[in-house]
Amino acid sequence: MIIGIPRGLLYYRYKHLWLNFFEELGIDYIVSPETNKEIVTSGMAYAVDEACITSKIYLGHVEWLLDKCDYILVPRISDCGSAGKVCTKFQAIYDLAANTFRDRNIKLLYYNVDSSVADSEMAAFLKMGRFLGRKKSRCLYAYFKGKQAQKNAQFLELNEQQHLLKENKIKILIIAHRYTIFDKYLGEPILKHLHKLDTVPIIGDIAPKKEAIAKSVEISETLPWAFNRELVGSIILYRDRVDGIILVSAFPCGPDSLVNEIIIRKIKDKPVLNLVIDGQEGMAGIETRLESFVDIIRFKKGEFTWKQ
Amino acid sequence: METIRVSFPHLGSYHTPMKVLFTFGFDVEYIAPPPITERTLSLGSRYSPEFVCAPFKYNLGNFIETIEAGANTLVQTGGTCRLRYYGELHEQILRDLGYKVKFINMAKVQDARPTTLYRELKEINPEMSLKRIAEILPVVVKMIEYIDKVEDYIRKNVGFETIPGSFDKVHASFLSELRSVHSRKELNRVYRKYMRLFKKIEVQKPANPLKVGIVGEYYTVMEPFSNHNLERELARKGIVVDRWLNVSSTLFHYPKKKIEENTRDYVKYPMGATAMVTIDRALECAKKGFDGIIHVKSFGCTPETDVIPVLQNISKDYNIPVLYLTFDTQNSDVGFITRLEAFYDMIKMRKEMGQNFKHPSAHSNRFYPNHWGECSPSS
Ligand code: SF4
Ligand code: SF4
Repeated sequence: MIIGIPRGLLYYRYKHLWLNFFEELGIDYIVSPETNKEIVTSGMAYAVDEACITSKIYLGHVEWLLDKCDYILVPRISDCGSAGKVCTKFQAIYDLAANTFRDRNIKLLYYNVDSSVADSEMAAFLKMGRFLGRKKSRCLYAYFKGKQAQKNAQFLELNEQQHLLKENKIKILIIAHRYTIFDKYLGEPILKHLHKLDTVPIIGDIAPKKEAIAKSVEISETLPWAFNRELVGSIILYRDRVDGIILVSAFPCGPDSLVNEIIIRKIKDKPVLNLVIDGQEGMAGIETRLESFVDIIRFKKGEFTWKQ
Repeated sequence: METIRVSFPHLGSYHTPMKVLFTFGFDVEYIAPPPITERTLSLGSRYSPEFVCAPFKYNLGNFIETIEAGANTLVQTGGTCRLRYYGELHEQILRDLGYKVKFINMAKVQDARPTTLYRELKEINPEMSLKRIAEILPVVVKMIEYIDKVEDYIRKNVGFETIPGSFDKVHASFLSELRSVHSRKELNRVYRKYMRLFKKIEVQKPANPLKVGIVGEYYTVMEPFSNHNLERELARKGIVVDRWLNVSSTLFHYPKKKIEENTRDYVKYPMGATAMVTIDRALECAKKGFDGIIHVKSFGCTPETDVIPVLQNISKDYNIPVLYLTFDTQNSDVGFITRLEAFYDMIKMRKEMGQNFKHPSAHSNRFYPNHWGECSPSS
């Protein structure tokens, strides 16, 4: 049996947990490739026009996996308990994928995290393990191993970012969902270009999560969504160590449409750039905006020199 | 002390029970926002983030216009989905615009204990009496139910009135009479009186009229201005309009279990906000043999966008046409009317040709609604 894992949305958040879990259970898997033009095109064809570009790309990854595995992993999250709600996309994604590819006989592997169930994530993984025909004790072990791997990876990331924060260059905090900014097609070109401009992007999603969530109320009191709370909180955690902030959103992201506006209206001491990407406009326009943003920062810091 | 003048954004006819709640319950003056016009929408859009869902923009427009009309205390509800976060941003935008009003954001106390809720409500009127509110609340709830019942009756009949405008006239005086009602007894009397009047209006219904079900996103379905008066347009064509979605069915009588059971063939988990109602009602319309379904939402509405693949499957399985309408803040009436005409022609033809006519989309593998939600069965 082979499990297909779409490289999109929650993959970026949970990959260490997932991959270790399956490895420990001795289950083969394939992960769809980094997002490429074909995946984007197929995602756009299958998705409803108005859906956010990240979820369109996700469907492209699902489609890529369709004939290459026995089951495709599409988990569902109902909410994040005390950390907050989730974008309804994560509540819908399982049934969205199932209905979109119904006529192609898609078979889904899933787990459902619902905070009304005690130990919900663990319980959900045990259930998934049972479906895969593995013993409970082995699943439990695999789950904890996955969790540990996840923690280690987070620790490493954080460490690395601490080093970056010490660099003596222009540092720009990137506020974006992980699946947007680390996507090869959507976010990576932005990060690359920032490097090219001799700046250091600091990733808002790489932050101590609990602390970030607690801090987020300093900017927004009633913000419902856990993932956005983490990002907003990271602004508080990093703002004194960066020179500017770039908000990167997938068009037309529901939560970001409101949250970005709050950020822009509340953060007055740093330049903020709001970038909305739809995956179709090409990089030229974005590069220009990044360049002038970096110019503004340099100007403020008195580092600006007119280009010849 | 300045008189407290409370206001709340528009949604269909519900400003009437709101007025009763605030005047008789909270003992404050209630200011209904001026009726929604193009100005409301353009004000709301001008100060809103660009791709926020349209209800946010309408609400903001209402707030600004109602402040101009004298309101000094604004209430925003909270709820699910993005609505839960509307209030905080509305308040921030109004503050940045320099309006000095009290803003009561119920999202702050949405999951809180009753004592906290009570404290927030006290913000509306520090001298409010719980007893008065407890007395008026059941009246308000019942009033909402009656309004919903009346409007349901209107939707099914207004297309067939022999003297145009008869229903609207009675409806307007029904609402205006309700505004001064503050006991159950009076309420029942007014309701019965008007129901009698509505039933007296002469209608000429054909034996087997076209029947269309309306499903979709809460606000855009319920606020006629935001959907270009869709229901009226349909009625004008002699269509019976069926719409389950209203405040009483979702807030007071929401059949959660039943909906989960009914939709099981299509979805495993709730898909957010009104998604499950949309699927459940679409299925119901399909099973009852309606002539068509119209899916209504504001641009970018996440849960209702995600429901579309499910509706496409229902459309295929039951061979029932679905028109997908997306309302943004700037699309023109013209395009909307054209699409509606095309849809109307199609369902009429299907009906005339009887069972033999197959909805073209049933043949193609997929059914793409195009960008503006046009029903394009040939693609
Ligand atoms: S948070 Fe935004 S980008 Fe992410 S799934 Fe929801 S709408 Fe799409
Ligand atoms: S249901 Fe749709 S319109 Fe309503 S808040 Fe959510 S996204 Fe906006």
